[in-house]
Amino acid sequence: MSTDQTTGVSPARVAFYNDPKIRSIIYQVVLCAFVALLFVGATFNAIDHLRRAHIASGFGFWDQTAGFDISQTLISYSAQVSTYGRAFWVGLINTLLVAGLGIIFATILGFTIGISRLSKNWLLSKFATGYVETIRNLPLLLQLLFWYNAVLKALPEMRDSIAIPGGTFLNNRGLFLPSPVFLYGFSAVVVALVVGVIAAIAFYIWARKRQERTGQQAPVFLVTLALVIGLPFVVLALKGFPLSFDYPQAGRFNISGGLEVLPEFAALLFGLSIYTAAFIAEVVRAGITSVSRGQAEAAYSLGLKPRPTLRLIVVPQAMRVILPPLTSQYLNLTKNSTLAVAIGYPDLVQVFTGTVLNQTGQAVEVVAITMLVYLTISLTTSFLMNLYNRRVALVER
Amino acid sequence: MTMSEGDLAVTEIAFVRKAQLEQQPPPPHMTGAWGWARENLLSTPFNIALTIIVVLLLLWIIPDLVKFLLLDAVWTGADRDACREVVQHREIGACWPFVWERLPYFIYGSYPIPDRWRVDIFFAMLAAGVFWMLWINASRRDIGALYFFLVLPICSYVLLHGFEAIGLEVVDTVLWGGVLVTIVVASVGIVVSLPLGILLALGRRSPMPTVKLFSTIFIEFVRGVPLVTVLFMASVMLPLFVPEQYEPDKLLRALIGIALFASAYMAEVVRAGLQAIPKGQFEGAMAMGLRYWQMTRLIILPQALKITIPNIVNTYIGLFKDTTLVFIVGIFDLLRTIEVARIDPKWAAPVTSTTGYAVAAIFYLVFCYGMSRYARAMEARLATGDRH
Repeated sequence: MSTDQTTGVSPARVAFYNDPKIRSIIYQVVLCAFVALLFVGATFNAIDHLRRAHIASGFGFWDQTAGFDISQTLISYSAQVSTYGRAFWVGLINTLLVAGLGIIFATILGFTIGISRLSKNWLLSKFATGYVETIRNLPLLLQLLFWYNAVLKALPEMRDSIAIPGGTFLNNRGLFLPSPVFLYGFSAVVVALVVGVIAAIAFYIWARKRQERTGQQAPVFLVTLALVIGLPFVVLALKGFPLSFDYPQAGRFNISGGLEVLPEFAALLFGLSIYTAAFIAEVVRAGITSVSRGQAEAAYSLGLKPRPTLRLIVVPQAMRVILPPLTSQYLNLTKNSTLAVAIGYPDLVQVFTGTVLNQTGQAVEVVAITMLVYLTISLTTSFLMNLYNRRVALVER
Repeated sequence: MTMSEGDLAVTEIAFVRKAQLEQQPPPPHMTGAWGWARENLLSTPFNIALTIIVVLLLLWIIPDLVKFLLLDAVWTGADRDACREVVQHREIGACWPFVWERLPYFIYGSYPIPDRWRVDIFFAMLAAGVFWMLWINASRRDIGALYFFLVLPICSYVLLHGFEAIGLEVVDTVLWGGVLVTIVVASVGIVVSLPLGILLALGRRSPMPTVKLFSTIFIEFVRGVPLVTVLFMASVMLPLFVPEQYEPDKLLRALIGIALFASAYMAEVVRAGLQAIPKGQFEGAMAMGLRYWQMTRLIILPQALKITIPNIVNTYIGLFKDTTLVFIVGIFDLLRTIEVARIDPKWAAPVTSTTGYAVAAIFYLVFCYGMSRYARAMEARLATGDRH
């Protein structure tokens, strides 16, 4: 090449199909044409099929009356008057409920197991290892079916319900808890809670600023506890406990009143939490071991005690490693909650992609909406995660 | 004592030891089983509490498990009466005669009995192929790969589906079931997802904008939605998109769904491997005058795939577990056959469900744990390889 340039002789002309630029354009045109062809072909076929099956495409079904019952509804819904659109929202809220609670339980259990695996206690670490290895290697669907069919459905029937002290009943139709009834004056407790949380945050900020300025530490944990839990409780007591419970009444064939937890919901929540906890445990373990021993040793030699070392040195560095895979585990849990369809919990897929699709036959629209929902959740989360990552990423060289 | 009286008299210094003392054994409570227990189980009050809790947990789980699976289990019997507490008047554990009678159904589904030898040959061929691929020191692994990714799929299709021309009767996929379907779905996922995943990963790193765009969209889309919805899409939307005469059968639709899903995940695993290859390798290959595909095939992929083997196997474990989801679109995989068998009136007893799930659990545990051990062994092996 260099000789060409110095002597001013241009390189031998290559055939146009060997020119990388032209080649790349040809490849891309071919690919685009192929994808376009695929889309056009699929669309034509779909239109043809739908016309033959006399299915009107479009989203008109959204406002039609659903006409089917849903076993768990957090917003008002009735088979006679509610629309398919309403059924969609009921399903979505049920999905979010089980995913939200599942994330909380899985995080608690997962962190416990993950830290236990690193424990110096031989028995505990082996037990945690056993848990992780067993749960991770069994399909989630199998675990859900086991909890639902072999455990919860094997509970006694309605008339032989197990009575748990505190007014709770357990049988194969679900768990019946006392439901709280808020009497006049309870709103003051809610206000107290909100005030307490805000005050705790303000105190935390003030304490940190003061520590940065003077080096003096404030009892943040105790004050937070007092503000968030103590304050509402004091208000509750002052107002004369404006809270009563609606206890479930055991009848011969039915239990009336109280709060009913469906066995489907319990099985799904159990299965998802236990399964995801095994993965979170691994994430946590990997995160903690990723912080090199030298970090903790250096902290000790600077005179930090074990607890501040953990809190100020190890955990912040471990969190940077833990958080991205932890988020993807949360997403996995949310996506796995679609397995509800196998045990009949009315989540988005069971209600919408199952029943609504079967009733309306609007396969394309229904599946597209369902996918869009999960895609929105996934992409939003990963977008936020990327933002966070950019903020905490180590700046190297 | 090695010192004599004379030494002391000369020096007059109180006492100076001239010889090294014999090393003393550690105190008895620091060695042996008791010492180990003190160190590892009972070092602090908190540790003692933890140990007690774990022991209680184990005492709660293990005896029940052993009792159910072995001690109280029923080993012989003809129907449900053998496994019912009301009839036998004793505590009943696992109902093994039920499993024993239903085992052919769990393995072959409703595959015609005279043709089941074809399934056996398929299992044997697959086992040989898997062994060839997994055993790193096996000779001619290139032929092995050819066998695994080309010969085996064709032979399996001819064997399992049938081919009239050579006298093998066609067996409709509706009749397939059990372990056969689980293995078929998993192997199709494995065989398709690796090449497709590599292509997608290369596409995502391509300098050509449209190739990159399409690959990225596909990967992010599939990874963003649950497998259940992909399977729903494959089973209810796919038939709409193809002309009526080519409508794929139910199993094929599920296979397509699983294969596409696995490919997207595989693509990300391979991409991570590609990213770990230093730039110099690409530049070196290009400086040698290699074309893109030569460079990819001879320089980049061998290195990238080598370091990703543990992750690839981990993806396969996930895929193997995910095959159970075809259950939801009505395919008779192992789990589905167990679901069908457990509600059969002939064996209906309180313990039947748990027994069936125990069988499935053992099956998946053995396969997945085996794969994860393999991945870990590979990881250890590759780690030592890097040190040289």
